Amino acid sequence: MFVMTKRKIWYGLSLFFLLVGLVSFAFQGLNKGIDFTSGNVLQVEFEASVSAEEVETVLVEQGLSGYSIQAAGSSSEYLIRSKELTENENKSLLAALTEKLGENEVKRNEKIGEVIGKELTQKAVIALAIASVLMIIYISFRFEMTFGIAAVLALLHDVLVTIGLFSLLQMEIDGAFVAALLTIVGYSINNTIVIFDRVRENMGIMKKVELINIVGISIEQTIFRSISTSLTVIFALVSLLLLGGSSTKVFAFALLVGTVVGTYSSVCIATSLWFDLKTKVTKGFSLRPVKSR
Amino acid sequence: MKFGRATKLAIVIIAIIAIGIFAIKPLLLSLDMGLDLKGGVQVTLQAKELEGKKVTGEQMKQLQAVIRERVDQLGISEPRIQLAGENRLIVELAGLDDPEEAVELIGKTAMLEFKNSEGVVVVQGSQLKDARAGHSPENNQPVIHLEFNAEGTKAFAAATIAASQYPYGSAGNKIAIFLDGQMLHNPNVKNAITDGKAEMSGGFDTFDQAANLAALLRGGALPVETDVIAKQTVGPSLGLESLEKSKIAVLVGLLAIGLFLLLVYRVLGVIANLSLVVYGVIVLAILYFLKAVITLPGIAGLLLSVGMAVDANIIIYERIKDELRNGKTLRAAVEAGFKRAFWTIFDANLTTLLSAIVLYYFGSGPIRGFAVTLSIGIVASMFTAITLTRWLLRITIASNFFNKPKYFGLRG
Repeated sequence: MFVMTKRKIWYGLSLFFLLVGLVSFAFQGLNKGIDFTSGNVLQVEFEASVSAEEVETVLVEQGLSGYSIQAAGSSSEYLIRSKELTENENKSLLAALTEKLGENEVKRNEKIGEVIGKELTQKAVIALAIASVLMIIYISFRFEMTFGIAAVLALLHDVLVTIGLFSLLQMEIDGAFVAALLTIVGYSINNTIVIFDRVRENMGIMKKVELINIVGISIEQTIFRSISTSLTVIFALVSLLLLGGSSTKVFAFALLVGTVVGTYSSVCIATSLWFDLKTKVTKGFSLRPVKSR
Repeated sequence: MKFGRATKLAIVIIAIIAIGIFAIKPLLLSLDMGLDLKGGVQVTLQAKELEGKKVTGEQMKQLQAVIRERVDQLGISEPRIQLAGENRLIVELAGLDDPEEAVELIGKTAMLEFKNSEGVVVVQGSQLKDARAGHSPENNQPVIHLEFNAEGTKAFAAATIAASQYPYGSAGNKIAIFLDGQMLHNPNVKNAITDGKAEMSGGFDTFDQAANLAALLRGGALPVETDVIAKQTVGPSLGLESLEKSKIAVLVGLLAIGLFLLLVYRVLGVIANLSLVVYGVIVLAILYFLKAVITLPGIAGLLLSVGMAVDANIIIYERIKDELRNGKTLRAAVEAGFKRAFWTIFDANLTTLLSAIVLYYFGSGPIRGFAVTLSIGIVASMFTAITLTRWLLRITIASNFFNKPKYFGLRG
């Protein structure tokens, strides 16, 4: 099976993606939304036609600094981002907008305090670490440690490539992005386990076949399932991305990237890593077949 | 015999479709929608530590009670008021015309104090029995009629008797009314007031504002001062737009998955789709009994768990196809396929469930909603795949209608 003999290609490809992501992350970081940075976002639609300059004038009069105004949807709808406002500042801003620019509808008004923003990043990192450790433990218990390590390396790869792409595209990330990353973790591991499960089974049956061929055959046997399943998830996500509301778009896009990368890494990276881990790092000592149930 | 089994299959199929048609819609309609779908506001209040004194759990419970009372007094229906962590309170209010004003009212400490000319507090808000907005008979301006409890009546009588000793209009003749440390009103005392009734003006311009402030005073002051550390307001039109859009997105996503299964797996695809209908009913029923709130991330979780449910079916079918290729009969292939697929599905879903549980534990509001629907989805998908799908396959094969491999997406 070409997947196993061309391991260097997959490693090269993945290292390339990881490097591009890393460079982008080092130089421009992530475009963090207020969920991470703290601040206010106000989405407001005016009844009359109002220009961005007029909105800005009001913001300046209110003594706001470090704001940004972005047109949203219709010609008189704006997203106003600013540093964290006190409730009084917020109230006076809303009053001033109505007084100067006429009747309007507040579609969305969010405020995230500094404490909450910090907590989100912290919690995300802790959650990812705990999920990884739990998975290594579970897989070591059900399979073998090498499977667990390879599976977790593959899922970290998926998470890093997704983060790298978001950094490269400078798409704004929010709290839902964190949820998407953890779902990618769950999804990627699911995919990898199905393939590893087949490797384990085949090791029990094909005692005389070389390990590299066993892995190759296992990939071949599961490839149709991997693609079918990924396609169904992709259908759901594309429909959410194209037809869903604006607030689920980042989430759906992150998951879509993660699903595609996760499928690739389960088939190509996790298997390659496991094979090399098994034969080179552990020097083939435990090359006897894993017990099959 | 053949006819009997075919009838059984037909009845089961019709029953499942009927369940789908009659159960899914009412279940969907009876689920509670989150603020992001129906509009409303969520505020996270954090109690302030005063002079290094830690906020106690007792105070937080009092805070929750007072805020609940306020929300009730303001006539807001279905509020959700939860304690979070050591010093936070999350308040969710749906369907408001002016969410900003509601936030302001909720977070107000609303400590009412009457002070004499020397600045000594003579009566406090906690000594109130009632507060109602009304109009002043003199100038028809909005006022709040206060009524003190027995203790308050006595204290107020003593204070007004003392004040009325001073000449009218002099400094000592005044009793000032403070709200949260701000003086609203500093009237002169004409005669001693012994019936426990007083009137206040100032601090509000309109009758509505007076009515709101009266509601706060009835609910009592907050036991601790609070800061709004996070707030999320979604206007009703944006909520409706999100709801409509996600409905379409889910529908299209489901149709695409269903069609794909039919095209690739033929008869097995029909069975998978029937299993998915039952799966949908089970998930919605669990959500209904848990009184779960459906949010946008929750919908995404549901849609994604459909992917997981399909995956269980696909793993089983691919196994069955393997067995068929190995030359087994249909019946033997189905049984062997199931047996082999079970542990794969179990291991794969359990690891995903692990990450969903971690997500629930560490996530807040919307992320939790996603973790809940995803977890329920995983469990329900495993259940339907290993029970219903298997049973449907058995009766389909027993009907002898579909006995050629090509019906199962295999050539030859």
